[in-house]
Amino acid sequence: MSERTAATTDPDEPEAADDSTETPTEVTTGSTSVVRALENAGVETAFGVQGGAIMPIYDALYHSDIRHVTMAHEQGAAHAADAYGVVRGDPGVCLATSGPGATNLVTGIADANMDSDAVLALTGQVPSDMVGSDAFQETDTTGVTAPITKHNYFASSPDTVGDTVGEAFALAAEGRPGPTLVDLPKDVSLNETDREPGPAQPPETCRARTDPADSQVEAAARAIERAEKPLLLFGGGVVKADATEVARQFATEHRIPVVTTMPGIGAMPEDDELCLSWAGMHGTGYANMAITHTDCLIAVGTRFDDRLTGGIDTFAPEAEVVHIDIDPAEISKNVHADYPVVGDAGRAIERVDAELDEGPDAREWVEQCLTWKDEYPMDYAAPDNEPLKPQFVVEALDEATPDETIVTSGVGQHQMWAAQYWTFTEPRRWVSSHGLGTMGYGLPAAIGARVAADDDETVVCVDGDASFLMTIQELSVAVRENLDITVAILNNEYIGMVRQWQDAFFEGRRMAAGYEWCPQFDKLAEAFGARGWTVDSYEEVPDAIEEALAYDGPSVIDFHVDPAENVYPMVSSGGANGKFALSEDQL
Amino acid sequence: MSDNRTGLQGPAPDERPHPDGRRNAQGIRIDPEAESEHEPRRAVFSAIVEDEPGVLSRVAGLAARRQFNIESLTVGPTTVEDHSRITMVVEEPEPGIDQIEKQLAKLKPVISVGELDDDAVRAELVLLKVRGEDPDKVHAITEMYDGRTLDAGPETITVQLSGDERKIDDAVDAFRRFGIIEIARTGQTALAHGSKKTVPGEEPGTSGEPTKPNTNTQ
Repeated sequence: MSERTAATTDPDEPEAADDSTETPTEVTTGSTSVVRALENAGVETAFGVQGGAIMPIYDALYHSDIRHVTMAHEQGAAHAADAYGVVRGDPGVCLATSGPGATNLVTGIADANMDSDAVLALTGQVPSDMVGSDAFQETDTTGVTAPITKHNYFASSPDTVGDTVGEAFALAAEGRPGPTLVDLPKDVSLNETDREPGPAQPPETCRARTDPADSQVEAAARAIERAEKPLLLFGGGVVKADATEVARQFATEHRIPVVTTMPGIGAMPEDDELCLSWAGMHGTGYANMAITHTDCLIAVGTRFDDRLTGGIDTFAPEAEVVHIDIDPAEISKNVHADYPVVGDAGRAIERVDAELDEGPDAREWVEQCLTWKDEYPMDYAAPDNEPLKPQFVVEALDEATPDETIVTSGVGQHQMWAAQYWTFTEPRRWVSSHGLGTMGYGLPAAIGARVAADDDETVVCVDGDASFLMTIQELSVAVRENLDITVAILNNEYIGMVRQWQDAFFEGRRMAAGYEWCPQFDKLAEAFGARGWTVDSYEEVPDAIEEALAYDGPSVIDFHVDPAENVYPMVSSGGANGKFALSEDQL
Repeated sequence: MSDNRTGLQGPAPDERPHPDGRRNAQGIRIDPEAESEHEPRRAVFSAIVEDEPGVLSRVAGLAARRQFNIESLTVGPTTVEDHSRITMVVEEPEPGIDQIEKQLAKLKPVISVGELDDDAVRAELVLLKVRGEDPDKVHAITEMYDGRTLDAGPETITVQLSGDERKIDDAVDAFRRFGIIEIARTGQTALAHGSKKTVPGEEPGTSGEPTKPNTNTQ
């Protein structure tokens, strides 16, 4: 491992880079202006992959204090930047070259867009005078990414490119966060300029309203006051707005039960009595009962995704909906808001709280919710004669790690088990691909999270066999950077969620679902230079986890889990949340 | 691993209480006494946009990917340099119309956007190329609709007509008897009635003061 690192170390690396005193980059060209804009915006880290058209930017990064993490694939760069941003609360930055570099970013940008994660993508482009000629590695990057960015920019001049990058960075974080992109033709990067970019500011036409209108606050407060069965729904917006503390205080002070969405996990401590965990397709029975029976749903920072609502006709069917969101376009998009409150989540909750003459009297309702908690406990059967259960592995990992461990995941059954059986108590600790459902998100996300996290924090990636295989090359990055990450593969030799649906809805025809051909992940991990373990039984679980966590570097535990295990509870697609099935025969 | 674990417990779906209420396709709670679903209606939007490359494609792409039904879309310069006005006619049920306006407002180049009232002044222009066999009658119909003859020859006559959509529809019907060879319609463009402002942003210097409906939602 160390020999390989030595062999790939650039002999010309200036030593000053290590003990630098944060000297800003001198602006002489478009590319130095870009890097200077990033420095001005406070960017400390960028993830990316080199390539022809982006070379001038990398050349400018050579002398910058910005840390660059070379990824194995541009998709990994986008996911790493995304996760970095989730953990840090600032936009993550990723770089790629033109053509395939840019198109490889697309999945990661789309992922960030669906989850409202602030990401700035910088892509190289062929020189301006060759644009439109189908030049080598040319793709219409702004055209391709327009539907999946808040806005994208085609840089036109070295004099303004720094301002454009600053604006794109600021726009990513403004209001409802999301990805932005700046496409950088090579001539714009290379040509000379001495114009220093100004401070990073979002465009005038995209400033979000943070303080809600009085009339909206008053109407919402009146609705909450008269509620008998109020329910708070915390979405990812609560986490992104750093409104967790205010939101928790509001719930606790007024004794209002809380359900979260999946991106909202951690907004309320899941071990809190009032927290019913997350609702939706694989949410807890009690969360789904509560959301079905509430008469006043106070939703904060959520876009009412179909995986949360189930069929719209039966979603919170008797509830007046108070919807707090910073994006006016989310109001009444999927679920009609009887009382919209447009503004910053924390500010809006504070304002509504101040407006309440008295909190709702919901004692009976709280009791009812607690009864549902007892009635529909989250549990799994683990008989002696069946293989290792994936849920057990999640619980064991949760127990073996500190409270504020960061958990990333891929997408599928393992993701649901991680979200169901890990008890999250803090925000920005659950880092997953929710809206887009991107298999392969887990490992590059763990890299981004690891780089973002403090050294004493623990980062675990709960992955699936099929998900892990999609971005496995990023393990080389974790090894090269010696990142302390523990990957736990819940390996059931299936693209498991598909297998579960085939069994439930396609009469068991398991077409293209078997992954018994997967490589031996422990050996593969060792080949990458990481540590690897294989675990087949309950007895081996604790030691493997302990050893993997103790190892200071990337480690992979391949848990061979019960291939027949399914994710329940489950609300069938378009079904009623309150009719969640506890087993396949109830679907 | 023998545990006391029992797996998921609790009453089956059919044994659970379930409220009677429900929502319509637009997510609006239905009053069982007076059930109502919104019918599609036509709306005319006017937007002042920054005249930057790709702005039309951003507007059209937004409508396409969110399945907004565009009837017509026109774009042209305003009296402010670098500002253009887009006029878009859509047909959608009610919450969808709000949604179009709010999504348009989110686009970075869109400075301001608003729906026009019913009394807005609307017009479109059409060029009609008809067979030239009966020039006198073509001329008479053209006069009747306050049109102009742009091009006349032994084979074809091309006339220009303008007016609101209904007038144009009627005129096109009237010209059918001559045999319409080709037709080009611009789609509607519109301004608010009287001294009412269509949408803010057309006066010089207003680009720095966006007045999108970000501020109030409904």
